[in-house]
Amino acid sequence: MARDAIRDKVSIVGVGCCQFGENWDQSPADMIVDAAYEAYADAGIEKPQEQIDAVFTGSIYSNKGPHECSDALKLWKPVTSVSNYCATGTDAFRCGVMSIACGLYDTVLVVGYDKPKDRGVAGPSVVMTQVRDLPQTPAGWFSICASRYFEKYGAGRDDLARIAIKNHHNGTLAPNSFLKREITLEDYKKARLISWPFGLYDCAAQTDGAAAVILTRSDLAKSFRRDPVVVKGVTVFAGPNPQKDPTMDFLAWKPSIEAGQVAYEMAGVGPEDIDVAQVHDCFSLTELLTYEDLGFCEKGAAKEHIQDGRFEIGGGLPVNTDGGLKSFGHPTGATGVRMIYENTLQLQGRAGERQTPDAEIALSHNIGGYPTACGIAILGRA
Amino acid sequence: MIGITSYGAYVPPTRLALATIGGLPTQEGGPEKAVAWNDEDAVTMAMTAAVNCLRGFDREQVDGVFFACTTYSFAEKQGAALLARGLDLPRRVRTNDFAGSLRAGTNALRAAVDAVSAGTARCVLVVASDCRMGAPGSGLELNFGDAAVAFLVGDGDAVATLDASFAVADELVDVWRTAGDPFVHAWEDRFVVQEGYTPRLVEGVTGLFEKTGSQARDFAKIAFFAPDARSHGSVARALKLDKQKVQEPLFGRLGNSGCSFVLVQLAHALETAKPGDRILAASYGDGAEALAFSVTEHIEKLEERRGVSWHLERRRGVKSYDRYLKARNLQRGEYESPRDQGLSATVHFRERDEEVSLVGHRCRSCGAVQFPQQRVCETCFGKDAFERYRLSDKVGKVLTYTFDFFFPTPDPPTVVAICDIDGARVHMQLVNIAPEAVTLDMPVEFEFRRIHQSGGRPNYYWKATPLTA
Ligand SMILES: CC(C)(COP(=O)(O)OP(=O)(O)OC[C@H]1O[C@@H](n2cnc3c(N)ncnc32)[C@H](O)[C@@H]1OP(=O)(O)O)[C@@H](O)C(=O)NCCC(=O)NCCS
Repeated sequence: MARDAIRDKVSIVGVGCCQFGENWDQSPADMIVDAAYEAYADAGIEKPQEQIDAVFTGSIYSNKGPHECSDALKLWKPVTSVSNYCATGTDAFRCGVMSIACGLYDTVLVVGYDKPKDRGVAGPSVVMTQVRDLPQTPAGWFSICASRYFEKYGAGRDDLARIAIKNHHNGTLAPNSFLKREITLEDYKKARLISWPFGLYDCAAQTDGAAAVILTRSDLAKSFRRDPVVVKGVTVFAGPNPQKDPTMDFLAWKPSIEAGQVAYEMAGVGPEDIDVAQVHDCFSLTELLTYEDLGFCEKGAAKEHIQDGRFEIGGGLPVNTDGGLKSFGHPTGATGVRMIYENTLQLQGRAGERQTPDAEIALSHNIGGYPTACGIAILGRA
Repeated sequence: MIGITSYGAYVPPTRLALATIGGLPTQEGGPEKAVAWNDEDAVTMAMTAAVNCLRGFDREQVDGVFFACTTYSFAEKQGAALLARGLDLPRRVRTNDFAGSLRAGTNALRAAVDAVSAGTARCVLVVASDCRMGAPGSGLELNFGDAAVAFLVGDGDAVATLDASFAVADELVDVWRTAGDPFVHAWEDRFVVQEGYTPRLVEGVTGLFEKTGSQARDFAKIAFFAPDARSHGSVARALKLDKQKVQEPLFGRLGNSGCSFVLVQLAHALETAKPGDRILAASYGDGAEALAFSVTEHIEKLEERRGVSWHLERRRGVKSYDRYLKARNLQRGEYESPRDQGLSATVHFRERDEEVSLVGHRCRSCGAVQFPQQRVCETCFGKDAFERYRLSDKVGKVLTYTFDFFFPTPDPPTVVAICDIDGARVHMQLVNIAPEAVTLDMPVEFEFRRIHQSGGRPNYYWKATPLTA
C-alpha cells in the first residue's frame, strides 16, 4: 500500500461556505447554491456545467442527496452521495480527491450540507432502530470518556470551560458563524447541564449550513488561481463501537488515533508540522481528547497546554480558529467541508483576524457515530 | 410432594407518602404506599419477582408460566410469554395469562397446583403483579400500592402444600375498570363493603373451614384481601380472628396491590413460617377464593429469598406529588408521544435474545463474552462459533458513566453507564441510584424495565441497578 499515492496530486482552487444558522427561510437547495457559487467564483469558474466533471456530496439528514445537489445546481453529471456520520463532509472530499488522483476526472465539486433545523426539534436527531438503543443524544455518547479520563489525569470541567470560551471567542471573528457571542467562565458554570460533564456551552450548536470546495489536478491548478492549496493526505477510519469494544479504556478515541497515523504518513508530516488545525469539537471533551489523540501533546497533558493558551489564536497551534462546531455551527454533512474551507483561507493568508501567521500545513478532523467514524484531511501551501 | 417450592417478591423502592398526595408535609415513618416508577409496570415488576423466585433454581426445569395481572399494558399479547422470554426459559414452556379479576392471583396459583397434580406440568412459575391506578385525589388512590410476587409450583421439596381450596363466584358491580380507562372505579364504598366484600370474603373463608372441618385456630396465619385497612379489620372481627393470627396486610407501607395482594401476604407469611404451620390465603373479586396451605420441613432449607421484608427495607421517598403524576403519565405534556408505528417489530423479533432476555454470546474459540450477539468475534475474529450466554443473572460493574439531562424522566438526570458483564460491554441505564452515589467499578445487577414508549406501546429492556447483598 503506497501511503503517498495521492500526495500533492490534487489541489483546492475554490472554496465557499454559506451563512450557518437557523436558516428557516432557506431550503437545502438555497444553501447548496450559495456555497457552490461562492466556490465557483473563488476558482474563477464561469461555466460550471462545462468545467465540472463530477460531484461528490455528503449529508446525513437528507435521503435524496445526489438529486438534491444536481437539481439545485443543474449539474447533470456523475453525482455521488456519501454518508459517514460526522466524517461525511471529509469523506465526500476524500472521494473527490481520489477520483482526480486516479486520473478519471480533472475538476470536481464537493458539497457538504445538512438541514437539521427543518425537523422541528432542537438538538441532533436520535435514531433508534432497536429497543435497546437508548433514546440518548450524542452528548451521552461523547461523555463516556469523562469519568475515567478525569479520574486518571486530574482534568475537569474548568479545562473544558477554557475550550468553550476559546471557541465562543473565535466564533465572533468568523463572518459566517452562527453564534457570535463571547462567554465567561461564570456563564459556563451557570449553564444548564445536558449530559454530565457537558453543559450547554460544551455542546456544538445545531445549525443548518452548506460548504463547497472545487478540486482539480495539481498541474492544472494554477490555471484557476495563483495560490492553490494542495491536498497532502486524506483518510477516513471506522473503529469499533466504544460502547461494546472489550478493549476500550475510555481515555482516548481510537478512530482519531488510527486515522491520524495514516493521515500523517500519507502527508509525510508529523503533528509537530501542523501550523493550524480545525478539530471536531462536537463537545468540549472531544476537542481535548483530540489534542492528545492526534499527537499535538502527550496523553494526559492536554490540560497544561490548554492552560498555557497554546490552542488559542496567537498560540503555538491555533485550533478551531473559526469557532468550530461549537460556534460556527454543526450541519453534520457540511462540517468537514467547512473546516477545509477555513484551512484553505488560513493557508492562503485570507483569514483576517483569525489568521495564523505563515501557516503552511493545516489539519482538519472529524469524529462521529458512537463515536466510530473519523475523517482527517491535511492540506499544504502549494 | 406437590406444592410451592420457592417464592420471591418485588416491591418498587419508590414510596409515595400519603401526606404527599394531600400536599401535606411528610413525617418520617408516616403512612406511605409503594408506587411503580416511570420505567416500571406490572410486567417489569413481575419479571423481577420471578427472577427473585428463581434464584438458586434451575430455569431449565420450568415448563409453565402463569401470569396473573389485571393491568398488563396489552389487551392482546401475552404477558406470560414475555416473562418466559425475559427469563430465558426453555422454548417448550406452557404460558397462560390470568386476568380480568382481582382473584386472578389465587386463580393462577390454584391452577398451577392443579396442573402439576394432574401431571400436565412439572414445574410452573406463577407470577402475580398489579399496578392499578385510582384517579388522582380519589380514595382508591390512597389505598392502592404496586407489588408483584412469584411462586414456583412443582413436585419435589415443596415448602408449602395446598391442602384445600374453596371458591364462590358472584356478580356485583362494585369495583371495576373498563377497557381503555386508566383508572379503577368503585361504587359507593358502604355498599361495596356491606354487600360485596365483607359477606363474600367471610363466605369464602368459612366455606373452606366447613369443607375441611377446620377452624380459625388451626391456622398459624390467615391472610386475606381487603380494599382498605378499615374493612380488613371488619372481616377479622366478623370471623372472630385472633389478632396474632391475622397476617399484617401492610396498609400504610405497601398498599392494596390488586390481584397480587393476598399472595404478597402469603409470601410474607412464608418468610417466618415454621414446619407444620398452616396458612390460609383468601382473595376477593367477583366472588372469593380461599386456599389452605401446610408448611413443610423444607421451608428451613430454602435459601433466604428476596421476599416482602427484603423489599420493605429498601425504600426511597417520592419528592413531590407532581413527580408522581409525571412518572405515572397522569400529566399531559405539550408534546404527546408521537403516534408512530414504533420500532420495527421485525428487528425486535430478531433481537429478542438481546432485548428481552439480555442474552449475548460466548466465543467457543477464545471464550470472550460479547453483547449483542455477533457473527464475527470481537476478540479473535472467529466466525459463527458462539454459544448463547445469559447476562441478566450475572453481576457486572460500571466501567464509565454519564448523567443524561435530556432523557425524558420525572426526575432528571438519568444515569447511563457502560457495564462490564463477564467481559461483555453493555451500554445501559443505571437505576435505583442518585447520580452522586455512582462510582467507577461499582458492582451492579440487572432488572427488566420499560425503556421507552416508541410506537405508543411499552418497550422493555434491562437496566443496571446497584448490587444489593
Ligand atoms: C445543547 C443543545 C441541546 C441546546 O439546544 P436547545 O436546548 O434546543 O437550545 P435552543 O435551541 O432552545 O437555544 C436556546 C439558546 O441557547 C443558544 N444555544 C443553542 N445551542 C447552543 C450551544 N450549543 N451553545 C451555546 N448556545 C446555544 C441559542 O442560540 C439560544 O440562545 P438565545 O435564547 O439567546 O436565542 C443543542 O445545541 C445540541 O443538541 N447540541 C449538540 C449537537 C450534537 O449533538 N451534534 C452532534 C455531535 S456529533
